[in-house]
Amino acid sequence: MAEHKEETGSVGHIAPAKLYVAIWAILMALTLTTVLVSMVDIGPMNVVVALVIATIKGTLVVLFFMHLRYSPKLTMATVIAAMFWLFLLLSLTMTDYLTRAWSTSPGH
Amino acid sequence: MATSDIGDIQVAERALQHHFADMEQQRDTSSFGMWMFLLTEIMFFGGLFCAYLVYRASYYHAFVEGSQKMNITLGATNTAVLICSSLTMALGVRAAQMGKPKLMVILLLITIVFGFGFLGIKAVEYHEHWVNHEFPGPSFHFETGDPAHPATDPQHTEIYFSLYWAMTGLHALHMVIGIGLVAWLVIAGLMGAYTPHYYNPVENVGLYWHFVDLVWIYLFPMLYLISKKHGG
Repeated sequence: MAEHKEETGSVGHIAPAKLYVAIWAILMALTLTTVLVSMVDIGPMNVVVALVIATIKGTLVVLFFMHLRYSPKLTMATVIAAMFWLFLLLSLTMTDYLTRAWSTSPGH
Repeated sequence: MATSDIGDIQVAERALQHHFADMEQQRDTSSFGMWMFLLTEIMFFGGLFCAYLVYRASYYHAFVEGSQKMNITLGATNTAVLICSSLTMALGVRAAQMGKPKLMVILLLITIVFGFGFLGIKAVEYHEHWVNHEFPGPSFHFETGDPAHPATDPQHTEIYFSLYWAMTGLHALHMVIGIGLVAWLVIAGLMGAYTPHYYNPVENVGLYWHFVDLVWIYLFPMLYLISKKHGG
């Protein structure tokens, strides 16, 4: 495992170039996949597949290109905080907007 | 080798600010600061994503019609260009970590070329939308082409295009800033500013560049793809 060669101390972790190229190849393949899937009508699953693929791509970028995998726990906490606040922003707004019809048309 | 090490340590000593105990603490702090900034950037773009969700939920058919005007080939090409630029950026940071400033400069210059490539393709798309009157404002004109929903209000499609221009425009602005930052790294790199003991600016600009890529990874499916097959 390349893990054992991990350099510590003042230099920081240096990931192997092969790893970056592999991540790049996966990202390119996922981009092609999401474009091809968008050409096929699979109903509401189109949105689900597109967002799941985007999330896989985003996770790879953050973990490897942005070195989150090799970063201090404080960095991980910052990323989790960012996702949590974004979740609050989107979910609380949508629970408001998507349920407004209930109050204007009771019995619906 | 020994003289180069001494040189490295001298650069590192110059780079160590007096309020940090050592280079490692300084690097961790600088990286944490950058991530905190990116957190605020996520909330900044998050507001626009939230607006998109609300209006898409409200004016679904108008949004489907709007997004079907997108050029998926150009959008997908731009996604690929950005992913390639993220690879050269990541390898550039790696070159800086390994103490190869020349390699770093070359990789960063390729990153800049990819960055301009993205903006060039985006400009072609913007031009297409502009001549098709798909820019919100007095010149906006949209013929609803969906027989199943003839009542689709063009003003609601205009909201789609407002969000499209705002989100991609803000993203493009970040690209321009990113290219400027990478150009700064190239100049500083040529002047020998970075060593394996001190490359915080390279690392942080790299984080910024990847973040901008990350935003596009979500913009592309949301604006271009998810309504492709939802005409009805």
